[in-house]
Amino acid sequence: MSEDKFDVIIVGAGLAGCTSACLLAQAGLETLVIERGNFPGAKNMTGGRLYAHSIERIFPNFAEEAPVERCIVHEKISFIDDTKSATLDFASPESDDPANRSYSVLRSRFDQWLAGKAEEAGASIVPGIRVDDLIVRDGKVCGVVAGGEEMEADVVILADGVNSILGEKLGMVSKVTPHHCAVGVKEVIQLSKQQINDRFGCSDKEGAAWLFAGMPSAGYMGGGFIYTNEDSISLGVVFGLHNMAEVGKTVPQMLEDFKNHPTVKPLVEGGKTVEYSGHVVPEGGLSMLPKLVGDGVLIAGDAAGLCLNVGYTVRGMDLAIASGEAAAKAVIAAKEAGDYSEKGLASYKAELDNSFVMKDLNLYKNLPGFLDNPRMFNDYPEMVTGIMSDLFTINGPSVPLRKKVMPHLKKVGFLNLIKDGLKGAKAI
Amino acid sequence: MSTVNVDVKLGVNKFFVDEGNPHIELVENPDLAEFAKLEKACPAGLYKRDEAGNIHFDCAGCLECGTCRILCGKTILKKWEYPQGTMGVEYRFG
Ligand SMILES: Cc1cc2nc3c(=O)[nH]c(=O)nc-3n(C[C@H](O)[C@H](O)[C@H](O)COP(=O)(O)OP(=O)(O)OC[C@H]3O[C@@H](n4cnc5c(N)ncnc54)[C@H](O)[C@@H]3O)c2cc1C
Ligand code: SF4
Repeated sequence: MSEDKFDVIIVGAGLAGCTSACLLAQAGLETLVIERGNFPGAKNMTGGRLYAHSIERIFPNFAEEAPVERCIVHEKISFIDDTKSATLDFASPESDDPANRSYSVLRSRFDQWLAGKAEEAGASIVPGIRVDDLIVRDGKVCGVVAGGEEMEADVVILADGVNSILGEKLGMVSKVTPHHCAVGVKEVIQLSKQQINDRFGCSDKEGAAWLFAGMPSAGYMGGGFIYTNEDSISLGVVFGLHNMAEVGKTVPQMLEDFKNHPTVKPLVEGGKTVEYSGHVVPEGGLSMLPKLVGDGVLIAGDAAGLCLNVGYTVRGMDLAIASGEAAAKAVIAAKEAGDYSEKGLASYKAELDNSFVMKDLNLYKNLPGFLDNPRMFNDYPEMVTGIMSDLFTINGPSVPLRKKVMPHLKKVGFLNLIKDGLKGAKAI
Repeated sequence: MSTVNVDVKLGVNKFFVDEGNPHIELVENPDLAEFAKLEKACPAGLYKRDEAGNIHFDCAGCLECGTCRILCGKTILKKWEYPQGTMGVEYRFG
């Protein structure tokens, strides 16, 4: 083995990459992480909510030292049309079990912390360098080409995110199509802690997650979200790419209109936008799964499409962390056996299959298809706000409740309601 | 409702622009139907058409999301790469 050969090179210092790096370095493997941003997290954004379970397993009580924003104790889901909204509101105190909690996070801060943990464990992290290509000999990945230099390793882990150009070059990633992806846009809006507490009904360190269906994505598949951070809120819109030809407005306009909705406007009043970001969300689930393992190479996180659209929220961060962990375990096993071939690394797939990652991807495999139905984001939100509107409007003699509700159900169509209800029950 | 001004939003972001070294390039005469999708999809509003109907694209301000690549990559993009290391958008919050 040449002296400057690494055991593992990881492309991308996101959640998947840093988690792998930390565990590999802890196990004594020489680990190099290459990141194109000026620091880990510099290129990354998310909606905002990290389900703690997978990271908690690796760093027990991580939230005590990690830069998490607020623990989510307040959930809201709203159906909204152009002017009205109907909201389901759920609040519960912070769970005693840290694995049951979830936190709002800002990636630029959070990823730096996680990268720091990997460095403490002994991994080398090199930011500011883009990996341009992979070294492939006889079908085996042997290293990377970056900044005009070749660097060799027994294994390369691609943790390079949803646009895995390198995974595509290898022919392992091929199903990233408009049908499998959405675009997300977001503003971080600064408000005082007290303003956030008052407007979202929280106390310090406790926060809200608020999802909106209907108007934000102009009646198509997608939605709006607000997550409260310590002294800012993350406000964004997600929109399915396959409806881009049909939709009547631009994605940035969707965000602007959402921000100006009568329900949302008072929440952001007086706030200052301090950042505007955009990112693709892989949400095809199982149907976009790439070839996960090759000779000398593994793919983890968003690069492998390991992200879930569960209807009311997007989940990718806990899957990125768990897949990073599974990749690290597989590489450690491969090193012990001295076999870095596809077969030697195959335990990665078994690890994923046995974890919540594949179980949840399987559980939700029919959900994207079910949700991709304009009734979900158009007729139903209008039905709900219409019923509420009639319920709470008094102007002269009242009519029986059923007479108020019926016209709204009729508008959607009883058959559609039954059909979607049955399909929905099967999809989840 | 007010029309969004994306340039103002991009103005608050931190960018390191790689002058003279665009990481995204369009083909000579892009198909207009494809282009129209990107006018709506690009979070940074970089795919523009002026009043005379001429199309414009400049990748300064790109958020590196990859939406254009996934939507229309093979049809109207000649090149889509990430900016060189250290270049492009830098999120302070993310
Ligand atoms: C709008 C939106 C809302 C979301 N909301 C949520 C949510 O609330 N909860 C949740 O759990 N998930 C959410 N997700 C999904 C979640 O953000 C992703 O699943 C997660 O960030 C994936 O992490 P990753 O480590 O796989 O990839 P990334 O975080 O994308 O990391 C990839 C890294 O690789 C680097 N890189 C790429 N190419 C190269 C190269 N050639 N050379 C060097 N470095 C390279 C990048 O710079 C980056 O640092 C959301 C996503 C979006 C877009
Ligand atoms: S990568 Fe995203 S922000 Fe950049 S030009 Fe394409 S769509 Fe616009």
